[in-house]
Amino acid sequence: MTMENKLLEINDLHVSYGGIKAVKGISLSVTKGQIITLIGANGAGKSTLLRSIAGLVKLESGTIKFCGEDITGAAPNVIVDKGITLVPEGRRVFPNLTVLENLKIGAYLRKDNLEDDIRRIYQLFPRLEERSWQMAGTLSGGEQQMLAVGRAMMSRPKVMMMDEPSLGLAPIIVHDIMNIIRTVNNEGVTILLVEQNANLALKLAHYGYVCETGNITREGTGDELLNDETVKAAYLGKARKK
Amino acid sequence: MSISTFLQHALTGVSLGGAYALIAIGYTMVYGILRLINFAHGDIFMMAGYFMIFAMAALPWQIAIPIVCIVTIILGVLIEKVAYKPLRTAPRMSIMISAIGASYLIQNLATYLFTALPRAYPEIPFLKRIFNFGSVSASLVTFITPILTILLSVGLIQLINHSKMGMAMRAVSKDFETAQLMGIKINRVISFTFVIGSFLAAIGSILYFTDRMSVTPFSGTLPGLKCFVAAVLGGIGSIPGAVVGGFAIGICETLLVACGYSTFSDAFTFILLIIVLLFRPTGLFGEKNIDKV
Repeated sequence: MTMENKLLEINDLHVSYGGIKAVKGISLSVTKGQIITLIGANGAGKSTLLRSIAGLVKLESGTIKFCGEDITGAAPNVIVDKGITLVPEGRRVFPNLTVLENLKIGAYLRKDNLEDDIRRIYQLFPRLEERSWQMAGTLSGGEQQMLAVGRAMMSRPKVMMMDEPSLGLAPIIVHDIMNIIRTVNNEGVTILLVEQNANLALKLAHYGYVCETGNITREGTGDELLNDETVKAAYLGKARKK
Repeated sequence: MSISTFLQHALTGVSLGGAYALIAIGYTMVYGILRLINFAHGDIFMMAGYFMIFAMAALPWQIAIPIVCIVTIILGVLIEKVAYKPLRTAPRMSIMISAIGASYLIQNLATYLFTALPRAYPEIPFLKRIFNFGSVSASLVTFITPILTILLSVGLIQLINHSKMGMAMRAVSKDFETAQLMGIKINRVISFTFVIGSFLAAIGSILYFTDRMSVTPFSGTLPGLKCFVAAVLGGIGSIPGAVVGGFAIGICETLLVACGYSTFSDAFTFILLIIVLLFRPTGLFGEKNIDKV
Protein backbone atom coordinates (compact mmCIF):
# COMPACT_ATOMS: atom_id res chain seq x y z
CA MET A 1 0.00 0.00 0.00
CA THR A 2 1.67 3.21 -1.11
CA MET A 3 1.23 6.55 0.58
CA GLU A 4 -0.78 8.11 -2.27
CA ASN A 5 -3.50 5.51 -1.92
CA LYS A 6 -4.20 6.42 1.68
CA LEU A 7 -7.03 8.90 1.49
CA LEU A 8 -7.68 9.17 5.20
CA GLU A 9 -5.14 8.45 7.92
CA ILE A 10 -6.03 8.42 11.59
CA ASN A 11 -3.10 8.32 13.96
CA ASP A 12 -3.28 7.55 17.69
CA LEU A 13 -6.61 9.26 18.26
CA HIS A 14 -7.82 9.90 21.81
CA VAL A 15 -11.30 11.30 22.53
CA SER A 16 -13.06 11.79 25.86
CA TYR A 17 -16.72 12.40 26.60
CA GLY A 18 -17.24 14.18 29.89
CA GLY A 19 -14.25 12.55 31.56
CA ILE A 20 -14.84 9.10 30.08
CA LYS A 21 -12.36 7.96 27.47
CA ALA A 22 -14.34 6.77 24.47
CA VAL A 23 -11.46 6.39 22.02
CA LYS A 24 -8.08 5.34 23.41
CA GLY A 25 -5.49 5.56 20.70
CA ILE A 26 -7.10 4.35 17.49
CA SER A 27 -5.00 4.35 14.32
CA LEU A 28 -6.40 3.33 10.98
CA SER A 29 -6.10 4.20 7.33
CA VAL A 30 -8.65 4.31 4.54
CA THR A 31 -7.50 3.35 1.07
CA LYS A 32 -8.88 5.25 -1.88
CA GLY A 33 -11.76 3.58 -3.68
CA GLN A 34 -12.32 0.87 -1.08
CA ILE A 35 -14.95 0.01 1.48
CA ILE A 36 -13.35 0.03 4.90
CA THR A 37 -15.33 -1.15 7.88
CA LEU A 38 -15.04 -0.75 11.60
CA ILE A 39 -16.98 -3.33 13.56
CA GLY A 40 -17.48 -3.71 17.26
CA ALA A 41 -20.04 -3.84 20.05
CA ASN A 42 -22.09 -0.99 21.43
CA GLY A 43 -19.98 1.60 23.22
CA ALA A 44 -16.73 0.52 21.59
CA GLY A 45 -16.08 4.09 20.42
CA LYS A 46 -16.91 3.61 16.73
CA SER A 47 -19.45 6.43 16.46
CA THR A 48 -17.24 8.76 18.47
CA LEU A 49 -14.44 8.11 16.01
CA LEU A 50 -16.63 9.07 13.04
CA ARG A 51 -18.01 12.10 14.84
CA SER A 52 -14.52 13.33 15.64
CA ILE A 53 -13.41 12.91 12.02
CA ALA A 54 -16.48 14.93 10.99
CA GLY A 55 -15.43 17.71 13.37
CA LEU A 56 -18.40 17.38 15.72
CA VAL A 57 -16.33 16.18 18.68
CA LYS A 58 -13.12 17.73 19.99
CA LEU A 59 -10.07 15.46 20.08
CA GLU A 60 -7.82 15.03 23.07
CA SER A 61 -4.80 14.06 21.03
CA GLY A 62 -3.83 12.39 17.77
CA THR A 63 -3.91 13.48 14.15
CA ILE A 64 -6.29 13.13 11.21
CA LYS A 65 -4.83 13.45 7.72
CA PHE A 66 -6.86 13.70 4.55
CA CYS A 67 -5.05 13.43 1.18
CA GLY A 68 -1.83 14.03 3.10
CA GLU A 69 -3.15 17.26 4.62
CA ASP A 70 -3.55 17.65 8.37
CA ILE A 71 -7.22 18.34 9.13
CA THR A 72 -7.09 17.69 12.88
CA GLY A 73 -9.56 19.90 14.77
CA ALA A 74 -11.11 21.50 11.66
CA ALA A 75 -14.72 22.73 11.87
CA PRO A 76 -17.48 20.53 10.38
CA ASN A 77 -18.07 22.90 7.44
CA VAL A 78 -14.36 22.74 6.53
CA ILE A 79 -14.41 18.94 6.67
CA VAL A 80 -17.47 18.75 4.39
CA ASP A 81 -15.86 21.20 2.01
CA LYS A 82 -12.74 19.01 1.80
CA GLY A 83 -14.86 16.04 0.72
CA ILE A 84 -15.60 14.03 3.86
CA THR A 85 -19.24 13.48 4.71
CA LEU A 86 -21.00 11.59 7.47
CA VAL A 87 -24.31 9.76 7.17
CA PRO A 88 -25.24 9.95 10.84
CA GLU A 89 -26.60 7.16 13.00
CA GLY A 90 -30.40 7.05 12.88
CA ARG A 91 -30.40 8.73 9.44
CA ARG A 92 -31.34 12.16 10.80
CA VAL A 93 -33.05 13.45 7.69
CA PHE A 94 -34.68 16.86 8.27
CA PRO A 95 -38.32 15.83 8.85
CA ASN A 96 -39.68 19.34 8.21
CA LEU A 97 -37.98 19.67 4.83
CA THR A 98 -39.19 18.03 1.63
CA VAL A 99 -37.22 15.18 0.08
CA LEU A 100 -35.92 17.54 -2.59
CA GLU A 101 -34.92 20.14 -0.02
CA ASN A 102 -33.08 17.48 1.97
CA LEU A 103 -31.06 16.71 -1.14
CA LYS A 104 -30.42 20.39 -1.81
CA ILE A 105 -29.27 21.05 1.72
CA GLY A 106 -26.72 18.27 1.33
CA ALA A 107 -25.09 20.51 -1.28
CA TYR A 108 -25.27 23.56 0.98
CA LEU A 109 -21.64 24.57 0.41
CA ARG A 110 -21.75 24.10 -3.36
CA LYS A 111 -22.46 27.08 -5.55
CA ASP A 112 -22.74 25.30 -8.91
CA ASN A 113 -25.77 23.77 -10.60
CA LEU A 114 -27.32 20.81 -8.75
CA GLU A 115 -29.69 19.55 -11.47
CA ASP A 116 -27.43 16.74 -12.72
CA ASP A 117 -26.66 15.50 -9.23
CA ILE A 118 -30.31 15.45 -8.26
CA ARG A 119 -31.20 13.55 -11.44
CA ARG A 120 -28.41 11.06 -10.74
CA ILE A 121 -29.66 10.43 -7.21
CA TYR A 122 -33.24 10.02 -8.43
CA GLN A 123 -31.92 7.44 -10.90
CA LEU A 124 -30.22 5.54 -8.09
CA PHE A 125 -33.26 5.83 -5.82
CA PRO A 126 -36.43 6.17 -7.95
CA ARG A 127 -38.50 5.95 -4.76
CA LEU A 128 -37.16 9.34 -3.71
CA GLU A 129 -38.26 10.96 -6.95
CA GLU A 130 -41.81 9.70 -6.41
CA ARG A 131 -41.77 11.36 -3.00
CA SER A 132 -39.87 14.47 -4.02
CA TRP A 133 -42.42 16.91 -2.57
CA GLN A 134 -43.22 14.91 0.53
CA MET A 135 -41.89 15.94 3.91
CA ALA A 136 -38.96 13.69 4.76
CA GLY A 137 -40.55 12.92 8.13
CA THR A 138 -43.28 10.94 6.36
CA LEU A 139 -40.84 8.49 4.70
CA SER A 140 -40.32 4.93 5.90
CA GLY A 141 -37.07 3.98 7.61
CA GLY A 142 -35.56 2.47 4.47
CA GLU A 143 -36.53 5.47 2.36
CA GLN A 144 -35.05 7.80 4.96
CA GLN A 145 -31.80 5.86 4.76
CA MET A 146 -31.79 6.26 0.98
CA LEU A 147 -32.41 9.96 1.44
CA ALA A 148 -29.63 10.27 4.02
CA VAL A 149 -27.21 8.61 1.60
CA GLY A 150 -28.46 10.72 -1.32
CA ARG A 151 -28.14 13.86 0.78
CA ALA A 152 -24.56 12.96 1.67
CA MET A 153 -23.75 12.31 -2.01
CA MET A 154 -24.96 15.78 -2.93
CA SER A 155 -21.79 17.28 -1.42
CA ARG A 156 -19.80 15.21 -3.96
CA PRO A 157 -17.72 13.56 -1.25
CA LYS A 158 -14.46 11.69 -1.68
CA VAL A 159 -15.10 9.75 1.52
CA MET A 160 -18.52 8.85 2.85
CA MET A 161 -18.61 7.75 6.48
CA MET A 162 -21.69 5.76 7.43
CA ASP A 163 -22.71 5.21 11.02
CA GLU A 164 -24.82 2.06 11.50
CA PRO A 165 -26.85 2.33 8.28
CA SER A 166 -28.63 -0.98 8.99
CA LEU A 167 -29.77 0.03 12.47
CA GLY A 168 -33.47 -0.47 13.06
CA LEU A 169 -34.28 -1.61 9.53
CA ALA A 170 -36.04 -4.79 8.46
CA PRO A 171 -33.73 -7.56 7.13
CA ILE A 172 -35.03 -7.13 3.58
CA ILE A 173 -34.23 -3.41 3.71
CA VAL A 174 -30.78 -4.17 5.15
CA HIS A 175 -30.14 -6.10 1.97
CA ASP A 176 -31.07 -2.99 -0.05
CA ILE A 177 -28.75 -0.90 2.06
CA MET A 178 -25.87 -3.25 1.22
CA ASN A 179 -26.60 -2.71 -2.45
CA ILE A 180 -26.74 1.04 -1.94
CA ILE A 181 -23.32 1.02 -0.27
CA ARG A 182 -21.90 -1.01 -3.15
CA THR A 183 -23.46 1.34 -5.71
CA VAL A 184 -22.07 4.43 -4.00
CA ASN A 185 -18.67 2.79 -3.84
CA ASN A 186 -18.86 1.91 -7.55
CA GLU A 187 -19.46 5.59 -8.23
CA GLY A 188 -15.93 6.14 -6.96
CA VAL A 189 -16.73 7.18 -3.40
CA THR A 190 -14.54 5.66 -0.69
CA ILE A 191 -16.59 4.28 2.21
CA LEU A 192 -15.81 4.14 5.90
CA LEU A 193 -18.56 1.98 7.34
CA VAL A 194 -19.25 1.54 11.02
CA GLU A 195 -21.51 -1.41 11.83
CA GLN A 196 -22.65 -3.65 14.63
CA ASN A 197 -23.91 -6.05 12.00
CA ALA A 198 -20.43 -7.53 11.50
CA ASN A 199 -21.57 -10.18 9.07
CA LEU A 200 -22.99 -7.63 6.65
CA ALA A 201 -20.11 -5.19 7.02
CA LEU A 202 -17.32 -7.75 6.52
CA LYS A 203 -19.01 -9.23 3.44
CA LEU A 204 -19.02 -5.77 1.87
CA ALA A 205 -15.66 -4.50 3.00
CA HIS A 206 -12.27 -4.73 1.34
CA TYR A 207 -10.60 -4.21 4.67
CA GLY A 208 -11.85 -4.21 8.24
CA TYR A 209 -10.94 -3.19 11.76
CA VAL A 210 -12.34 -4.60 14.98
CA CYS A 211 -12.89 -2.04 17.69
CA GLU A 212 -13.19 -2.93 21.39
CA THR A 213 -13.58 -0.43 24.24
CA GLY A 214 -11.79 2.34 22.41
CA ASN A 215 -9.00 0.27 20.86
CA ILE A 216 -8.40 -1.52 17.57
CA THR A 217 -7.89 -5.17 18.49
CA ARG A 218 -7.76 -6.82 15.06
CA GLU A 219 -7.55 -5.88 11.42
CA GLY A 220 -7.48 -7.61 8.09
CA THR A 221 -9.29 -8.05 4.82
CA GLY A 222 -13.02 -8.74 4.97
CA ASP A 223 -12.53 -12.44 4.31
CA GLU A 224 -9.74 -12.80 6.84
CA LEU A 225 -11.89 -11.33 9.57
CA LEU A 226 -14.93 -13.37 8.53
CA ASN A 227 -12.85 -16.52 9.05
CA ASP A 228 -11.06 -15.36 12.17
CA GLU A 229 -12.00 -17.54 15.16
CA THR A 230 -12.09 -14.73 17.72
CA VAL A 231 -14.14 -12.48 15.47
CA LYS A 232 -16.51 -15.35 14.76
CA ALA A 233 -16.94 -16.05 18.46
CA ALA A 234 -17.45 -12.45 19.46
CA TYR A 235 -19.40 -10.93 16.56
CA LEU A 236 -20.67 -13.59 14.20
CA GLY A 237 -21.88 -16.16 16.70
CA LYS A 238 -20.54 -19.08 14.68
CA ALA A 239 -17.68 -20.40 16.80
CA ARG A 240 -19.38 -23.61 17.93
CA LYS A 241 -20.15 -24.80 14.42
CA LYS A 242 -16.64 -25.96 13.64
CA MET B 1 -71.84 51.50 21.04
CA SER B 2 -72.71 52.80 17.61
CA ILE B 3 -71.37 51.07 14.50
CA SER B 4 -68.98 53.93 13.72
CA THR B 5 -67.53 53.94 17.25
CA PHE B 6 -67.10 50.21 16.96
CA LEU B 7 -65.29 50.55 13.62
CA GLN B 8 -63.12 53.27 15.08
CA HIS B 9 -62.06 51.03 17.96
CA ALA B 10 -61.66 48.02 15.71
CA LEU B 11 -59.29 50.01 13.52
CA THR B 12 -57.24 51.09 16.52
CA GLY B 13 -57.17 47.47 17.66
CA VAL B 14 -56.00 46.18 14.29
CA SER B 15 -53.25 48.78 14.29
CA LEU B 16 -52.09 47.91 17.81
CA GLY B 17 -52.30 44.25 16.85
CA GLY B 18 -50.02 44.87 13.86
CA ALA B 19 -47.31 46.30 16.08
CA TYR B 20 -47.77 43.37 18.50
CA ALA B 21 -47.51 40.93 15.61
CA LEU B 22 -44.16 42.34 14.47
CA ILE B 23 -42.73 41.92 17.97
CA ALA B 24 -44.30 38.49 18.43
CA ILE B 25 -42.51 37.26 15.29
CA GLY B 26 -39.19 37.99 17.04
CA TYR B 27 -40.16 35.78 20.01
CA THR B 28 -41.42 32.98 17.84
CA MET B 29 -38.41 32.91 15.50
CA VAL B 30 -35.84 32.81 18.28
CA TYR B 31 -37.86 30.12 19.99
CA GLY B 32 -38.04 28.15 16.76
CA ILE B 33 -34.26 28.10 16.38
CA LEU B 34 -32.91 28.11 19.94
CA ARG B 35 -35.92 26.87 21.95
CA LEU B 36 -35.37 30.00 24.02
CA ILE B 37 -37.84 32.64 25.18
CA ASN B 38 -35.82 35.76 24.48
CA PHE B 39 -36.96 37.82 27.45
CA ALA B 40 -34.75 40.69 26.31
CA HIS B 41 -36.82 41.11 23.15
CA GLY B 42 -39.26 43.58 24.74
CA ASP B 43 -36.31 45.64 25.92
CA ILE B 44 -34.74 45.65 22.47
CA PHE B 45 -38.07 47.08 21.35
CA MET B 46 -37.89 49.73 24.10
CA MET B 47 -34.28 50.63 23.17
CA ALA B 48 -35.36 51.08 19.55
CA GLY B 49 -37.69 53.76 20.93
CA TYR B 50 -34.78 55.62 22.54
CA PHE B 51 -32.64 55.21 19.42
CA MET B 52 -35.41 56.92 17.47
CA ILE B 53 -35.54 59.80 19.94
CA PHE B 54 -31.80 60.41 19.57
CA ALA B 55 -31.69 59.87 15.82
CA MET B 56 -34.59 62.24 15.20
CA ALA B 57 -32.96 64.92 17.36
CA ALA B 58 -30.32 65.40 14.71
CA LEU B 59 -31.57 63.82 11.50
CA PRO B 60 -34.63 63.86 9.24
CA TRP B 61 -36.88 60.78 9.57
CA GLN B 62 -35.84 59.36 6.18
CA ILE B 63 -32.32 58.83 7.54
CA ALA B 64 -33.30 58.27 11.17
CA ILE B 65 -35.46 55.21 10.45
CA PRO B 66 -32.75 53.14 8.67
CA ILE B 67 -30.23 54.12 11.36
CA VAL B 68 -32.62 53.04 14.13
CA CYS B 69 -33.13 49.69 12.35
CA ILE B 70 -29.40 49.10 12.00
CA VAL B 71 -28.55 50.06 15.59
CA THR B 72 -31.39 47.88 16.92
CA ILE B 73 -30.15 44.94 14.83
CA ILE B 74 -26.64 45.44 16.23
CA LEU B 75 -28.03 45.46 19.77
CA GLY B 76 -30.04 42.27 19.16
CA VAL B 77 -27.10 40.38 17.64
CA LEU B 78 -24.80 41.65 20.40
CA ILE B 79 -27.12 40.29 23.11
CA GLU B 80 -27.11 36.92 21.35
CA LYS B 81 -23.30 36.85 21.11
CA VAL B 82 -22.72 37.93 24.73
CA ALA B 83 -25.59 36.35 26.66
CA TYR B 84 -26.70 33.28 24.65
CA LYS B 85 -23.87 32.02 22.43
CA PRO B 86 -21.52 31.07 25.30
CA LEU B 87 -24.35 28.93 26.72
CA ARG B 88 -25.07 27.02 23.51
CA THR B 89 -24.34 23.62 25.04
CA ALA B 90 -25.58 24.49 28.53
CA PRO B 91 -28.94 23.23 29.83
CA ARG B 92 -31.90 25.24 28.53
CA MET B 93 -32.66 26.66 31.96
CA SER B 94 -29.29 28.45 32.09
CA ILE B 95 -29.83 30.29 28.83
CA MET B 96 -33.34 31.24 29.94
CA ILE B 97 -31.96 32.76 33.15
CA SER B 98 -29.36 34.56 31.05
CA ALA B 99 -32.20 36.00 28.95
CA ILE B 100 -33.96 37.31 32.05
CA GLY B 101 -30.63 38.81 33.16
CA ALA B 102 -30.13 40.48 29.79
CA SER B 103 -33.62 41.96 30.03
CA TYR B 104 -33.01 43.52 33.45
CA LEU B 105 -29.55 44.68 32.43
CA ILE B 106 -30.93 46.64 29.47
CA GLN B 107 -33.79 48.10 31.53
CA ASN B 108 -31.49 49.29 34.28
CA LEU B 109 -28.85 50.51 31.89
CA ALA B 110 -31.54 52.55 30.16
CA THR B 111 -32.74 53.94 33.50
CA TYR B 112 -29.16 54.87 34.39
CA LEU B 113 -28.41 56.46 31.03
CA PHE B 114 -31.72 58.10 30.16
CA THR B 115 -33.41 58.39 33.63
CA ALA B 116 -36.79 56.84 34.32
CA LEU B 117 -38.70 59.96 33.30
CA PRO B 118 -40.77 59.55 30.15
CA ARG B 119 -39.21 61.10 27.08
CA ALA B 120 -41.29 62.52 24.29
CA TYR B 121 -41.28 60.37 21.20
CA PRO B 122 -40.56 62.41 18.07
CA GLU B 123 -43.37 62.95 15.60
CA ILE B 124 -42.97 61.91 12.04
CA PRO B 125 -45.31 64.50 10.46
CA PHE B 126 -46.64 62.39 7.59
CA LEU B 127 -47.43 59.43 9.86
CA LYS B 128 -49.57 61.66 12.05
CA ARG B 129 -51.68 63.07 9.24
CA ILE B 130 -55.35 62.46 9.92
CA PHE B 131 -57.48 60.65 7.38
CA ASN B 132 -61.25 60.39 7.32
CA PHE B 133 -63.22 57.47 5.95
CA GLY B 134 -66.88 58.23 6.40
CA SER B 135 -67.36 58.55 10.12
CA VAL B 136 -64.05 56.85 10.97
CA SER B 137 -60.99 59.00 11.32
CA ALA B 138 -57.45 58.02 12.22
CA SER B 139 -53.85 59.00 11.62
CA LEU B 140 -51.93 57.47 8.73
CA VAL B 141 -49.86 55.28 11.05
CA THR B 142 -53.04 53.49 12.13
CA PHE B 143 -53.73 52.51 8.53
CA ILE B 144 -50.12 51.74 7.63
CA THR B 145 -49.35 49.45 10.59
CA PRO B 146 -51.54 46.46 9.68
CA ILE B 147 -50.65 46.70 5.98
CA LEU B 148 -46.92 46.88 6.70
CA THR B 149 -47.23 44.00 9.16
CA ILE B 150 -48.89 41.78 6.58
CA LEU B 151 -46.36 42.71 3.89
CA LEU B 152 -43.37 42.09 6.15
CA SER B 153 -44.69 38.77 7.43
CA VAL B 154 -45.55 37.51 3.94
CA GLY B 155 -42.05 38.52 2.80
CA LEU B 156 -40.53 36.74 5.79
CA ILE B 157 -42.51 33.55 5.17
CA GLN B 158 -41.38 33.60 1.52
CA LEU B 159 -37.77 34.02 2.65
CA ILE B 160 -38.02 31.09 5.06
CA ASN B 161 -39.76 28.78 2.61
CA HIS B 162 -37.94 29.61 -0.60
CA SER B 163 -34.41 30.86 0.08
CA LYS B 164 -31.27 28.92 0.87
CA MET B 165 -30.87 30.76 4.19
CA GLY B 166 -34.51 29.98 5.01
CA MET B 167 -33.90 26.31 4.30
CA ALA B 168 -30.86 26.41 6.58
CA MET B 169 -32.96 28.06 9.30
CA ARG B 170 -35.58 25.31 9.08
CA ALA B 171 -32.85 22.66 9.20
CA VAL B 172 -31.10 24.25 12.19
CA SER B 173 -34.42 24.57 14.03
CA LYS B 174 -34.82 20.78 13.89
CA ASP B 175 -31.30 19.45 14.30
CA PHE B 176 -28.18 21.50 15.11
CA GLU B 177 -25.75 18.66 14.68
CA THR B 178 -26.96 17.31 11.35
CA ALA B 179 -27.18 20.90 10.06
CA GLN B 180 -23.49 21.23 10.90
CA LEU B 181 -22.77 18.04 8.99
CA MET B 182 -24.27 19.70 5.90
CA GLY B 183 -21.67 22.45 6.24
CA ILE B 184 -24.10 25.00 7.72
CA LYS B 185 -22.49 27.42 10.16
CA ILE B 186 -25.18 27.42 12.82
CA ASN B 187 -23.92 30.57 14.53
CA ARG B 188 -24.40 32.50 11.33
CA VAL B 189 -27.95 31.19 10.98
CA ILE B 190 -28.72 32.09 14.61
CA SER B 191 -27.30 35.60 14.14
CA PHE B 192 -29.47 35.99 11.04
CA THR B 193 -32.52 35.05 13.10
CA PHE B 194 -31.70 37.80 15.59
CA VAL B 195 -31.15 40.26 12.73
CA ILE B 196 -34.68 39.64 11.45
CA GLY B 197 -36.24 39.63 14.93
CA SER B 198 -34.56 42.90 15.91
CA PHE B 199 -35.37 44.55 12.59
CA LEU B 200 -39.06 43.75 13.01
CA ALA B 201 -38.89 44.97 16.63
CA ALA B 202 -37.45 48.28 15.38
CA ILE B 203 -40.24 48.71 12.83
CA GLY B 204 -42.82 47.66 15.43
CA SER B 205 -41.37 50.16 17.89
CA ILE B 206 -41.64 53.06 15.44
CA LEU B 207 -45.27 52.19 14.69
CA TYR B 208 -46.16 51.59 18.35
CA PHE B 209 -44.49 54.63 19.89
CA THR B 210 -45.71 57.03 17.21
CA ASP B 211 -49.16 56.33 18.65
CA ARG B 212 -48.02 56.39 22.29
CA MET B 213 -45.95 59.62 22.24
CA SER B 214 -43.47 58.74 25.03
CA VAL B 215 -40.83 56.16 26.01
CA THR B 216 -39.58 55.07 29.44
CA PRO B 217 -37.06 52.31 30.27
CA PHE B 218 -40.03 50.10 31.19
CA SER B 219 -42.03 50.73 28.04
CA GLY B 220 -40.90 47.40 26.65
CA THR B 221 -41.92 45.20 29.56
CA LEU B 222 -45.67 44.96 29.20
CA PRO B 223 -45.83 45.02 25.38
CA GLY B 224 -43.01 42.43 25.42
CA LEU B 225 -44.99 40.11 27.69
CA LYS B 226 -48.16 40.60 25.67
CA CYS B 227 -46.35 39.78 22.44
CA PHE B 228 -44.95 36.69 24.10
CA VAL B 229 -48.54 35.69 24.92
CA ALA B 230 -49.45 36.44 21.28
CA ALA B 231 -46.69 34.09 20.13
CA VAL B 232 -47.89 31.36 22.52
CA LEU B 233 -51.50 31.86 21.43
CA GLY B 234 -50.53 31.48 17.78
CA GLY B 235 -48.33 28.47 18.57
CA ILE B 236 -44.77 29.37 19.47
CA GLY B 237 -42.40 28.63 16.61
CA SER B 238 -45.01 29.47 13.97
CA ILE B 239 -44.73 32.81 12.17
CA PRO B 240 -48.30 32.96 10.81
CA GLY B 241 -49.35 32.02 14.34
CA ALA B 242 -47.49 34.98 15.82
CA VAL B 243 -49.16 37.34 13.35
CA VAL B 244 -52.64 36.00 14.08
CA GLY B 245 -51.92 36.01 17.83
CA GLY B 246 -50.66 39.60 17.70
CA PHE B 247 -53.74 40.84 15.89
CA ALA B 248 -56.07 38.86 18.16
CA ILE B 249 -54.59 40.32 21.33
CA GLY B 250 -54.44 43.85 19.95
CA ILE B 251 -58.07 43.79 18.87
CA CYS B 252 -59.41 42.15 22.06
CA GLU B 253 -57.47 44.54 24.26
CA THR B 254 -58.72 47.64 22.45
CA LEU B 255 -62.32 46.44 22.41
CA LEU B 256 -62.18 45.71 26.15
CA VAL B 257 -60.96 49.24 26.75
CA ALA B 258 -63.73 50.57 24.51
CA CYS B 259 -66.35 48.68 26.50
CA GLY B 260 -65.13 50.36 29.66
CA TYR B 261 -63.09 47.46 31.06
CA SER B 262 -59.71 49.15 30.63
CA THR B 263 -58.71 48.00 34.12
CA PHE B 264 -58.98 44.40 32.95
CA SER B 265 -57.40 44.67 29.52
CA ASP B 266 -53.95 43.55 30.70
CA ALA B 267 -55.42 40.90 32.95
CA PHE B 268 -57.35 39.55 29.98
CA THR B 269 -54.11 38.92 28.06
CA PHE B 270 -52.64 36.86 30.86
CA ILE B 271 -55.85 34.98 31.57
CA LEU B 272 -55.74 34.10 27.88
CA LEU B 273 -52.17 32.81 28.37
CA ILE B 274 -53.30 30.55 31.20
CA ILE B 275 -56.26 29.26 29.21
CA VAL B 276 -54.10 28.53 26.15
CA LEU B 277 -51.47 26.74 28.23
CA LEU B 278 -54.15 24.67 29.97
CA PHE B 279 -56.25 23.67 26.99
CA ARG B 280 -54.09 24.03 23.90
CA PRO B 281 -50.42 24.39 24.86
CA THR B 282 -49.32 24.16 21.22
CA GLY B 283 -51.41 27.21 20.34
CA LEU B 284 -53.41 27.70 17.17
CA PHE B 285 -50.73 26.73 14.64
CA GLY B 286 -48.00 25.21 16.83
CA GLU B 287 -46.03 22.07 16.10
CA LYS B 288 -47.53 18.99 17.65
CA ASN B 289 -44.22 17.83 19.01
CA ILE B 290 -42.45 20.61 20.88
CA ASP B 291 -39.49 18.57 22.06
CA LYS B 292 -36.35 18.46 19.95
CA VAL B 293 -35.96 15.20 18.10
